[in-house]
Amino acid sequence: MIRNPQLNANGELTHLLTLEGLPADVIRHILDTAEPFASISEREVKKVPLLRGKAVFNLFFENSTRTRTTFEIAAKRLSADVINLNIGVSSTSKGETLLDTVDNLVAMNADMFVVRHAQSGAPHLIATHLNQHRQTHVHVVNAGDGRHAHPTQGLLDLYTIRHYKREFTNLTVAIVGDVLHSRVARSLIHGLTTLGTPEVRVIGPRTLMPTRVDAMGVRVFTDMSAGLAGCDVVVMLRLQSERMKGTLLPSAGEYFKHYGLTPDKLALARPDVIVMHPGPMNRGVEIDSAVADGERSVILPQVTFGIAVRMAVMSIIAGN
Amino acid sequence: MKIEIKNGRLIDPAQGIDRVASLFIAAGKISAIGTAPPGWQTHRAIDARGLVLSPGLIDCSARLREPGFEYKATLESELEAAVAGGVTSLACPPDTDPPLDEPGLVEMLKHRARLLNRAHVYPIGALTVGLAGTTLTEMGELAEAGCVAFSHADVPLADTQLLLRAMQYAATFGHRVWLRPQDPHLSKGGVAHDGEVATRLGLPAIPAAAETIALATIFTLIRETSVSVHLCRLSTAEGVAMVRAAKQEGLPITCDVAVHHLHLSEVDIGWFDAQAHVMPPFRSPRDRAALRAGLTDGTIDVICSDHTPVDDDSKQLPFAEAEVGVTGLELLLPLTLKWAAEERVGLPAALAKITRAPAALLGLHGGTLAIGHPADVCIFDPAAHWVVDRSSLKSQGKNTPFVGLEVPGRVKYTLIDGVVAGGLAPLPANA
Repeated sequence: MIRNPQLNANGELTHLLTLEGLPADVIRHILDTAEPFASISEREVKKVPLLRGKAVFNLFFENSTRTRTTFEIAAKRLSADVINLNIGVSSTSKGETLLDTVDNLVAMNADMFVVRHAQSGAPHLIATHLNQHRQTHVHVVNAGDGRHAHPTQGLLDLYTIRHYKREFTNLTVAIVGDVLHSRVARSLIHGLTTLGTPEVRVIGPRTLMPTRVDAMGVRVFTDMSAGLAGCDVVVMLRLQSERMKGTLLPSAGEYFKHYGLTPDKLALARPDVIVMHPGPMNRGVEIDSAVADGERSVILPQVTFGIAVRMAVMSIIAGN
Repeated sequence: MKIEIKNGRLIDPAQGIDRVASLFIAAGKISAIGTAPPGWQTHRAIDARGLVLSPGLIDCSARLREPGFEYKATLESELEAAVAGGVTSLACPPDTDPPLDEPGLVEMLKHRARLLNRAHVYPIGALTVGLAGTTLTEMGELAEAGCVAFSHADVPLADTQLLLRAMQYAATFGHRVWLRPQDPHLSKGGVAHDGEVATRLGLPAIPAAAETIALATIFTLIRETSVSVHLCRLSTAEGVAMVRAAKQEGLPITCDVAVHHLHLSEVDIGWFDAQAHVMPPFRSPRDRAALRAGLTDGTIDVICSDHTPVDDDSKQLPFAEAEVGVTGLELLLPLTLKWAAEERVGLPAALAKITRAPAALLGLHGGTLAIGHPADVCIFDPAAHWVVDRSSLKSQGKNTPFVGLEVPGRVKYTLIDGVVAGGLAPLPANA
């Protein structure tokens, strides 16, 4: 059996692959480290020299403009050289394997890979490969793998919650929507439970709930009104357009009626509730514009915090 | 050549023998047990003190990868692995490239295997042409060419009408149909058991219902037709319960389990270990316990290795993209002994699952040390423990999740038709 390759023999974070199993102290350290980076972003000169001379490769096997951009900004603010590779299908169609691609980039003296891949576990494969070949100076950050994990998104969600709510130990958090396919939900659930959140709920139709998700430490609701009652934080998940109509759901309209977040439904949560969304949003499918743009929404601050959190992650693992 | 194997613990489940006795072999056949036949003169003697003499093992599912996948394994490499593992006969599924769907391919395979003079190879023919699930194969011709059964390997057969007709047609030639119960729709795209681990790792999942629904379909068709069916690679607790009930009902079925399923579960996927990517998937620890219980109470008749050598390149991929399968010929005996020790099953009962039972399933004149039968013998040290290591495996496929595990049972000699074909120790000089 393979052990989690993200911690080295001293228990230090050398890759960030998942929030599962990450000690609470490590998570808090990342969030604490992100605090001063958040203020750097407001300064006239937004750069610090922590990664000067380092080569960060954005290795995106799956398209994403937003996540790639935030990683690029974060790396540049740390003074790293950033190389963007949108591999998509081009290299696999040439017959090159994932690990061949990685080996070639290591030969170009890459210091860090930011990896997004459609297959769950692809960043683990790369990190294990690097560890086995003693390339321990090369670090991997998972920027989203299949349905499995999106740890920097989970961390920025935790950062946002801590920013507005201070503590986790008295919160009720609801995650709403397509939990089955969501790496964002999985990472956030692990982070919240590790930091002692007493009640984490998932809300959605049964076709979008993974089997035995309760084993991850969450309460499952199919009735959104019941699930939202008394919540301090509501996290809406994106519904991919190809899943809006078919065997998982009959229509986007019916989905919005039952699981779309409207001002009326939000009124069931606590008055000081915050509303989050990992983006990009489908207005009118999972969230009403009145909520997305409303006073309880912290969706845009999430994006800003995301850069600070990614700066923290990259600077910490590069130093270990 | 007259061989005497002496001082060993001779276990033959088929004859109910378990005692220290000499085994006498002449002209490739068993000539006597215990006392030498009149006028016997030993040419070669093998001292088997502390060792077990068992009928050669019979593996009812071992992929040799020929034709079509010679870069993964060849007949030479895999038959070498077979004798190293004490396996003297094996049945190979039809999922080669091209599949075993015409007599010429089957004859070629048998011919190549005979030239190598290693383990006996019994091909299983394809039920449909190209395993495409549309046209029946010429099963009569294939049977004459040497196919001992017909199956659809791991390729899903979605058309129930075709399944019914394939069962009826195979039965026309007196053959059992081998089916791996898996509903193609419920298993579509799945790579792991639908449970906690797949949920946590975000892996597309296959529910237990994929197996039970397929079993229900097969049982219904058997009631209609009385065709004999062998069920391959049971994986779920519910499946075991259904097979138990179907056997009590009197349906003409037999069933096997892959030996790795007796030891591993979904938990062993760990952090996406592609070596644990198998079909059917490793299921929950509860399912594994049910498979073990089903084996002990006779619901499951046979243990096989489901040997599938895979090259490293095809395993060093993200979990879902990595090719399924484990190498197993050399671990069939050790993992069976490990199960037996853990479940307190005696050696004769354990060995029956890999000798007498698969011989009966395949209709072979073997799997026993009875006088007059071919001298296919496995001589092993039941007390020798060894650690599974890539370099210790003769198979070209080094793909196994058991690397690093200490297992019992080391094969010392494998005799095929009375000739020492392999094993650890060299043949001793005339003693």
